[in-house]
Amino acid sequence: MSDLTSTDAAELGRLLSAGEVTAVEVTRAYLDRIAAEDDALGAYLHVDGESALRTAEQVDAARAGGTATGPLAGIPLALKDVVVTEGVPTTSGSKILEGWRPPYDATLAARLKNAGTVLLGKTNMDEFAMGSSTENSAYRVTRNPWDHDRIPGGSSGGSSAAVAGGLAPWAIGTDTGGSIRQPAAVTGLVGHKPTYGSVSRYGLIAFSSSLDQAGPMTRTVLDAALLHEAVAGHDPLDSTSIASPVPVLAEAARRGAEGDLAGLRVGVVTELGGDGHTDGYDEGVLARFTETVALLESLGAEVRQVSCPAFDLALPAYYLIAPSEASSNLARFDGVRYGLRVGDDGARDLDEVMALTREQGFGPEVKRRIILGTYALSSGYYDAYYGQAQKVRTLINRDFTSAWDDVDVLVSPTSPTVAWEVGARVDDPIAMYAADLCTLPASLAGVPAISVPCGLSEGLPVGFQIMAPALADDRCYKVAAALEAAQDAARGSRFLDQLAARPAGSVA
Amino acid sequence: MSATPDRLVDFDEVLTRYEPVMGLETHVELGTASKMFCGCSTTFGAEPNTQTCPTCLGLPGSLPVANAAAIESTIRIGLALGCRIATWARFSRKNYFYPDIPKGFQTTQYDEPLCTAGHLDVEVDGETYRVEIERVHLEEDTGKNLHVGGSTGRIHGADHSLIDYNRAGIPLVEIVTRPIPGAGAKAPEVAKAYVTELREILVALGVSEVRMEQGNLRCDVNTSLAPIGSLEWGTRTETKNVNSLRSVERAVRFEMRRQAALLDEGQRIFQETRHFHEDTGTTSPGRSKEEATDYRYFPEPDLVPVAPDEEWVAALLAALPELPAARRSRLSDEWGIAPTEMAWLVNAGAVELVSDTVAAGASPADARKWWLGDLARRANDTGTELGELAVTPKQVAELIGLISAGTINDQLARQTLDGVLAGEGDPAAVVEARGLAVMGESDELVSAVDAAIEGNPDVAEKVRGGKVQAIGALVGAVMKTTRGKADAATVKRMLEERLVS
Repeated sequence: MSDLTSTDAAELGRLLSAGEVTAVEVTRAYLDRIAAEDDALGAYLHVDGESALRTAEQVDAARAGGTATGPLAGIPLALKDVVVTEGVPTTSGSKILEGWRPPYDATLAARLKNAGTVLLGKTNMDEFAMGSSTENSAYRVTRNPWDHDRIPGGSSGGSSAAVAGGLAPWAIGTDTGGSIRQPAAVTGLVGHKPTYGSVSRYGLIAFSSSLDQAGPMTRTVLDAALLHEAVAGHDPLDSTSIASPVPVLAEAARRGAEGDLAGLRVGVVTELGGDGHTDGYDEGVLARFTETVALLESLGAEVRQVSCPAFDLALPAYYLIAPSEASSNLARFDGVRYGLRVGDDGARDLDEVMALTREQGFGPEVKRRIILGTYALSSGYYDAYYGQAQKVRTLINRDFTSAWDDVDVLVSPTSPTVAWEVGARVDDPIAMYAADLCTLPASLAGVPAISVPCGLSEGLPVGFQIMAPALADDRCYKVAAALEAAQDAARGSRFLDQLAARPAGSVA
Repeated sequence: MSATPDRLVDFDEVLTRYEPVMGLETHVELGTASKMFCGCSTTFGAEPNTQTCPTCLGLPGSLPVANAAAIESTIRIGLALGCRIATWARFSRKNYFYPDIPKGFQTTQYDEPLCTAGHLDVEVDGETYRVEIERVHLEEDTGKNLHVGGSTGRIHGADHSLIDYNRAGIPLVEIVTRPIPGAGAKAPEVAKAYVTELREILVALGVSEVRMEQGNLRCDVNTSLAPIGSLEWGTRTETKNVNSLRSVERAVRFEMRRQAALLDEGQRIFQETRHFHEDTGTTSPGRSKEEATDYRYFPEPDLVPVAPDEEWVAALLAALPELPAARRSRLSDEWGIAPTEMAWLVNAGAVELVSDTVAAGASPADARKWWLGDLARRANDTGTELGELAVTPKQVAELIGLISAGTINDQLARQTLDGVLAGEGDPAAVVEARGLAVMGESDELVSAVDAAIEGNPDVAEKVRGGKVQAIGALVGAVMKTTRGKADAATVKRMLEERLVS
């Protein structure tokens, strides 16, 4: 039997169902690796081994007793710490929520619990999901398993590091402007941002309500599809949840892996790394991207250039809309009901206690965005900032809509660069924001987008992004699976095997 | 802040120099079973913080889901007020920090409310005033702060504060009038009449219990004064939480008198929020609006827009109950009474009681007589509302029936009512138990009549001599010995048989 901690989740599910391994064995294998390596990697904020093993034992007992168990039963899992979990500390990477044990489960956490998955722990993240490197976590720095001196991406960097580093078979991340896709890209994972409204947001600590979506971060396209199916579907607790049947995704991935993309019309977005739009893009990233587009053609796809002019405005629009919503979403952290309370000494009044709590509880990036958002929503500025940004959003939507007249999917690099060195951009928020350049349009339009590995540059993973129309997530999976299969076949191994073959933390 | 203590101008004098303009914002807690954005119960008076969940506590990650019944009620209120119903409405966030709003914002409606441009006609002293309705929108209530320690119950001087979130998230409809000019001396009464009529409509619609003492209906009263003939209106003050019909009138009256004094001195009125004091009928300054928070309204991204289907709205309109004004007009016709008499019934809160009593079989005249007469007196004596008396319209109808049948007379009826109010049962049962039935021409009555004649020979002689009016003294004597149970007419006839014929 191969190492359980490098086995993909679909295979783990097969082994568990076949009785070739027990959930306890799998869980213990992961807990052992977490114990051995997470001090260096920093992927987790909270691990409860006892609870994980208890759940695993229950799954094993149910299976032994002949009780029907689902296909995911016994597979361990990590959740980004933005996901509310009953009785399990949930901080969203912030000091202001330190010690909070929620009294309820997020819908997706409940669905995964009911599916019999084993929660290993909660993964590190940029505070309130604001960041692209996980360096904005109030708790710890997370390292990229490919190179410990580099960032794992963000804001779902704990999840990307855990899965790429073999400390979880798969994980849930959330994506507001690229926080699933960019960390997946820079750690060599598959990461999918579902159609807005297709995965419940109930119990995800909100950053930007109109943009936030949870999704899978996995080692293979099929795993991503399986995990996505497990959490997707209408939720009456989320008003923005789409009342449509759970999409058939794993089947799309399997079909895609057969490698036939004949008739697929692919649009390469000029504004995302194309001619005249290459500033800030690594040459290696663009080279891998071009090669992958050629690979798509070789699989039968028809490729053409598509111009989406409004995409150039995505970054400024995003950095008005997301902070605006965040400034309101984060107002509830006032020290009154839960989490941190500072200065309640009987001498200070309410406003002082609230101000002190927020002063000490929030980190600098969170404060920056609250200030930005508060300003953008202010009387007299609203139309010029928030209002204009919403108009840009409409224009971006129109660019997508007109693109769908001509193509089935749009493609781009996932991120302009490979993982940068820890600390390199902490003092330059604009440079940090630029990491989201390619992922923002799909976020603003609410359309699905997947990142799939497409090779290495400077020995570090490069991601390839596939965007599709709303509710056509299956196209993302189909195309990604075709690429993955073709690349694996050419390489003779899975993408992440290249990492496993190297000593931990080595520099390429 | 305005000058204190408040100097007041005599009310009649105010009107010689100034013209008042009012505006009212009325908040109504809807009587839906569950809260506005979650499934929590809305029952009043539960133990603090027992009717809460992640959503109405604003816990991280929780999300709102709009209550369809509340949206329907809001639209029905809008329709009853003749409003235009939006085909596209949205919720917005009103951002400000206060512990009783758990999310740091209140979910409300801002520039896209459910209902706009309606009106409500109210009558004061036979004259009709049209109150234009600017908007009717839906929002959520806040929690309740309890300030512990200190003498006033206000935050100043308190040791610490407790918050009860049971009320947080209860659906609240806000009904905003346009400025109401032209009411002159009647302004305070028009304000009261508006809220009274609005309350009647809400009752008729069945959308709220509208119990003002429980805070189901709360008014903010805007008042301004401008010199007579001025082309511009004056600066308004907003008096918050005026929570009884009588107080609405008092608040307007007080603000008119207070503002007039300031204007007389050449001072300006500050746009500010003021608190109303029920005990003294005065107002005092709250926080100044001039340094008010910027609420940073923006569309609530956690909720989808509301797009009421036109057919559905048409069906709601068709299914509206008869509204109070139409009902009063119909009942006036049916009962054959003048508008002024109907106005008394309205003022006494007796329209429904009389109507129900008539429905239970009494004549309109008898029903009015009892509710506006004896029962109104009793309510007044005990300081309660007519509707809160421990007697039902059905029981009043039964009482009237007993009188008509001659079983009891008016005096016995009052004793019967004592029994009913004391919880001794329905009128017939009380008559039976207390032995209150009028005596027929029984042996007992015959001997009582004979005894009265024997006991008052002088009077009897006068009657025999033709002074028929003296018979009253003998009737009184019989009534006394029978402790009022005899029927006076019967007694009189029996006496006449013995003395006159």
